[in-house]
Amino acid sequence: MVNWIWLFFILAGFIVAAIQGNIEAVTQAVFDGAKTGVSVCIGLVSILVFWLGIMRIAEDAGLLKRIARLLRPLVRLLFPSVPPDHPAIGYIMSNMSANILGLGNAATPMGIKAMEELQKLNPDKEKASPAMATLLAINTASITLIPTTIIAIRMNYNSASPAEIVGTTLLATAVATAAAILADMWYRRKHNRLPPPSERG
Amino acid sequence: MYQLVSIISAWAIPVLIVFIPLYAAYKKVPVYEAFTEGAKGGFDTAIRIIPHLVGMMVAISVFRASGAMDMLIGLARPLLDKVGIPGEVLPLGILRPITGAGSLAYTTDLIAQFGPDSMIGRMASTIQGSTDTTLYVITVYFGAVGIRKAGYALKVGLISDAVGFLAAIAICYLVFS
Repeated sequence: MVNWIWLFFILAGFIVAAIQGNIEAVTQAVFDGAKTGVSVCIGLVSILVFWLGIMRIAEDAGLLKRIARLLRPLVRLLFPSVPPDHPAIGYIMSNMSANILGLGNAATPMGIKAMEELQKLNPDKEKASPAMATLLAINTASITLIPTTIIAIRMNYNSASPAEIVGTTLLATAVATAAAILADMWYRRKHNRLPPPSERG
Repeated sequence: MYQLVSIISAWAIPVLIVFIPLYAAYKKVPVYEAFTEGAKGGFDTAIRIIPHLVGMMVAISVFRASGAMDMLIGLARPLLDKVGIPGEVLPLGILRPITGAGSLAYTTDLIAQFGPDSMIGRMASTIQGSTDTTLYVITVYFGAVGIRKAGYALKVGLISDAVGFLAAIAICYLVFS
């Protein structure tokens, strides 16, 4: 998919430029784009270095586990099919708390661990179980506390207030997560109405 | 309510960078050493994005400079104007669930073009920050355990992305105008 989109952008750009007779714009755009790409990444270094440092302090202080514990009732509610003392619950809680703190690098391994545990409970190993779909829904919406990358880019372009989008992002991400949970519940109910054949065998 | 959103924006980072080290010190963590240890990873993370961002930045830059972007946005604009969605952010809504680097590149492009403090710049920032790349998450999470049939998970992810996109636009209008 990404391959096609990338190809589409370049090819469509080339064709439109050729038809409109401003093919020089393409060459210029290639150099400008590449330059922006590198300078944006270099601009990210400052914020990422600082933020990952702060987040390591949070991890060492056990803040991740602390948040995870607060999430337990929510996890129980969202994953009714998982037994309360199953190891999957612990991984799901860690995955969610890492997501909240914006620790993508910590969230993904925990999420995969949780998936592996859910897979053990899954009757059909090729098809996603409702619990797996719920875990995925939470991760695609992923509540974000501090969108560090965007703040860094806004700084690079001399924003008067780079962090002014923290509140709007938090609100939007909360709405997206609520929508994900509701949509997931709706589909889960529909799914449960048709008894899967594996349950009878 | 809108006041509250601005207050959160202003206070979130200062409060976190005071609260986290204080709490850690209380837990007897050597805070400065922990900080420098974690900070080491920041450089690698930033450098690792370069190939992705250069690739996407070039593609989007060519697409826009050629005039193709304007043609695409022009097609959708009459409809979007009616509901108050700026045409420029529509491609971001499409790119966001598909490619993280692509949507980051497009967001950067919008911020460079219109300025970070313009309405479009703020909307793009909010949209980019508020959801994750659904297709990537599905590939990584389901791929890791050998799930072939995602079932309704993809639909749920895309619904949430669409709601997040519209919510980001509405919230920016409410807070910033």
